[in-house]
Amino acid sequence: MSELTINGHRYELEAPVGRALADVLRDDLGLTGTKIACYEGHCGACTVLVDGVPTLSCITLVHSVEGREVTTIEGLRDHPMIDAFVRADAVQCGFCTPGQVVSAVALVEANPTPSRDEIRHAMSGNLCRCGTYTKIEEALASWRA
Amino acid sequence: MARLIRTEKEVEGRFEEVWLVVDEDPLDQWPEGPRTIVGRPAQRLDGRERVSGLARYTADLKLPGMLHAAILRSPHASASARRVDTSRAREAPGVRAILEPGDIQQLSADANYHGAPVLAIAAETYGQARAAVDLVEIDWDVREPLVDPEEAVRRESFLEEPRRYTRGDVERALAEADVVVESEYRTQTVVHNPLEPHQAICEWLGDELHVYISTQYIWGVRDTIADTLGLPPDKVRVVCEFMGGGFGAKNGPGTYTFVAAELAKRAGRPVRCALTRREENLDAGNRNATIQRLKAAARSDGTIVALQGEFIASVGWGGWLAPTAGPMQMLYACENVETVEYGTKLNTPPMAAFRAPGFAEGTFGLECLLDELARKLDLDPLELRRRNYAHNDAKDDRPFSSKNLMECYRRAEPHWARRDEVRARSDGTWKRGVGLASQIWYGGGGPPSYAWVRVGADGRVQVVTAMQDIGTGTRTAMAQIAAEQLGVPLDRVQVSLGDSARGPYASISAGSSTTPSMGPAVRAAAADAGRQILEIAAQRYHKEERTLSLANGQVQCSDGGAWRIEDVVGLLEDAQILGKGARGPNPTGMQTLTFGVHVAEVAVDVETGEVRVERIAAIHDVGRIINPLGASSQVEGGVIQGIGHTLSEDRVVDPATGTILSQSLDAYKLPTMADTPPEIVSEFVDVPDAHLTNLGSKGLGEPPIVPVAGAIANAIRDATGADVHQLPISREELLRALDAARDRARREPVSA
Repeated sequence: MSELTINGHRYELEAPVGRALADVLRDDLGLTGTKIACYEGHCGACTVLVDGVPTLSCITLVHSVEGREVTTIEGLRDHPMIDAFVRADAVQCGFCTPGQVVSAVALVEANPTPSRDEIRHAMSGNLCRCGTYTKIEEALASWRA
Repeated sequence: MARLIRTEKEVEGRFEEVWLVVDEDPLDQWPEGPRTIVGRPAQRLDGRERVSGLARYTADLKLPGMLHAAILRSPHASASARRVDTSRAREAPGVRAILEPGDIQQLSADANYHGAPVLAIAAETYGQARAAVDLVEIDWDVREPLVDPEEAVRRESFLEEPRRYTRGDVERALAEADVVVESEYRTQTVVHNPLEPHQAICEWLGDELHVYISTQYIWGVRDTIADTLGLPPDKVRVVCEFMGGGFGAKNGPGTYTFVAAELAKRAGRPVRCALTRREENLDAGNRNATIQRLKAAARSDGTIVALQGEFIASVGWGGWLAPTAGPMQMLYACENVETVEYGTKLNTPPMAAFRAPGFAEGTFGLECLLDELARKLDLDPLELRRRNYAHNDAKDDRPFSSKNLMECYRRAEPHWARRDEVRARSDGTWKRGVGLASQIWYGGGGPPSYAWVRVGADGRVQVVTAMQDIGTGTRTAMAQIAAEQLGVPLDRVQVSLGDSARGPYASISAGSSTTPSMGPAVRAAAADAGRQILEIAAQRYHKEERTLSLANGQVQCSDGGAWRIEDVVGLLEDAQILGKGARGPNPTGMQTLTFGVHVAEVAVDVETGEVRVERIAAIHDVGRIINPLGASSQVEGGVIQGIGHTLSEDRVVDPATGTILSQSLDAYKLPTMADTPPEIVSEFVDVPDAHLTNLGSKGLGEPPIVPVAGAIANAIRDATGADVHQLPISREELLRALDAARDRARREPVSA
């Protein structure tokens, strides 16, 4: 039996050893806002926060986050970053976008006024095939507007 | 009234004559320029859903009792399975159904490329299905693969007959020209890699098949499945409300859909079949590699007198021959043109349309060649393009329905004029330069396409059509058009799409056709609904209908009277007004194309071969712009995807075995935010095409990717003198080009 804290709620669940956090979130708990696009830690679509640190949930074993605070996109729905992305049109197909938002929130929570270089560095692990990077940069630069 | 016509239909540069029923509403185009809602920036209607993870993609759907399928794929580029033993797999935990080679036509024991589908297994979980696949024993007879396109040309291994095109007398023009340039260019195989992998969930309800699929063409999927399985089309329902990227690779149902449908039938339960990322890089289509041997001849005044090209496309085991020669045939006014295109059949995965197929590759070669010609003529590259401006479509000898490329060139001038200043910022080993390339492509869309517009008693408007929004912002553009026509605020309009059972036929989202195909149908439907509202108001308030109009959410009368739409439609109580609209035909005897020019600024480290794209100005003529905000996103996306195939993306094949070596997103290098130019400028001519539909809008999905590689390569030449001949412009390729430039400078010193 594992005890998890996700978006402030406690869950108890049976997860076999070796089960990925992303699978638990999506398949067991129905939190499908977290996307899986490569399942091998290359693209960033599955990014969640573990104790505030952006983490690739597809290559994180669920047992390794027991007792820690997991925050998914569902836990960030009231964060001003959501509005910032919508305002800037920082979304096209949207499949990578929840992961982008999670990485963006992690950055601004640690550093509310990131420089352009800091934005580019922090966001480079989140791939977007539609090429919304320009607008994502705008969203981060103006997130508190 | 329904009218039956014969008309020409174009998708991705392929034409066919079709019969078409149109129920066209003759509406005058709106005047040029921003309207109340159309032509003004609008946030996406579904932005919040997508951004906050509420949008449900095919990947997020879970049907009760759903099984998961895994496909066994050939590890060899050319082989046949002598023995297939599934006995251990059948006993494996969770397995519910197995498809052996030949059980459906898409699965075969004869494999002709690495990743070819052989058999499939459905199990309670994906992990169980994959584990069972690993228990299948196969003895392969491995054959020597054919992977070299030049060898394929020698052996005449073609997917279709070589395509030859001639106008004028090229040999004579070459002989009489003052200047001739000749070059070979190569482009690599590029993989779409949409972040939502290809997938479908199939469920049988009696004799009816429901297909939930990540697709660019709901109706095409329906028809292909019905045709393949021998079902009446209305027995196939196709659903796609949100989809996570396609770029041309999701225009039809793939093997995965047929696997899911048959496994679902055998297991009596719904089945999901989703590709993994590695399968995505093997067998989900690609932009095929090309070899382009090009020649251009000109008079000393810069008039191009001859263009000649031989194009070899590495199409693979399946797919089609994309029009790589298209730009050479259509971009410039040249009387003598000769092209031949070979579509080679190789033991490599099949190609699929990829964002301006053929034209993106062909424009790279042609526009690099033009700059080589400009250098030889000692002529400004922008001026060379102006001097060879095509005023009509020489290929098919017909006028353009509209063309504002000259205006694009004019608007490019201030960006082009930055080159002295940019070059002057060269610093140490970092050299800077500016390059440009023109853009030509289709994008006129076409019929058939239909839409309904419902207006309810609360005055809210619902656009209903069974199209798909693949991420381009179609929902929003259609809502803007309906809101504009009905004179209501945008937030009163919603768009219901994505279900073949719950809306009329809608066009494919490919070939830059969604807005030009769907937009006119939506406007016509809104106009029909609006007319009915005015008819009701005229009777209720005893006014002549011609004195009434819709604006500001009201029915307004020329005598000053005004009534809220909800008060007029409210008379219907729970019923709604239903307007219907259809897309009319494209103008006959005219060629409808999109145009543009990109100006790129680059920095090149001549010691390491690193290239940084510092700025791209993209100027496009695509008729009327519906949503300038969404349009700028499309342009940026095209530019960034273009930078990917220009600088980093490369599907790598082992030449000895034909196996694909780049299967992960670690090996296959998509651009990241760090690769994005610090500045991308998007500009639109934004003049409606007066001959095209009731909107005058063309498509914008593909145009911005077309000139990117050429503009960057030409900027590299401007910065360093190096002629790039190959995509991607890897450091190796760039260092080779720099060496060649230094050798040339030693042999034929030129004054600076």
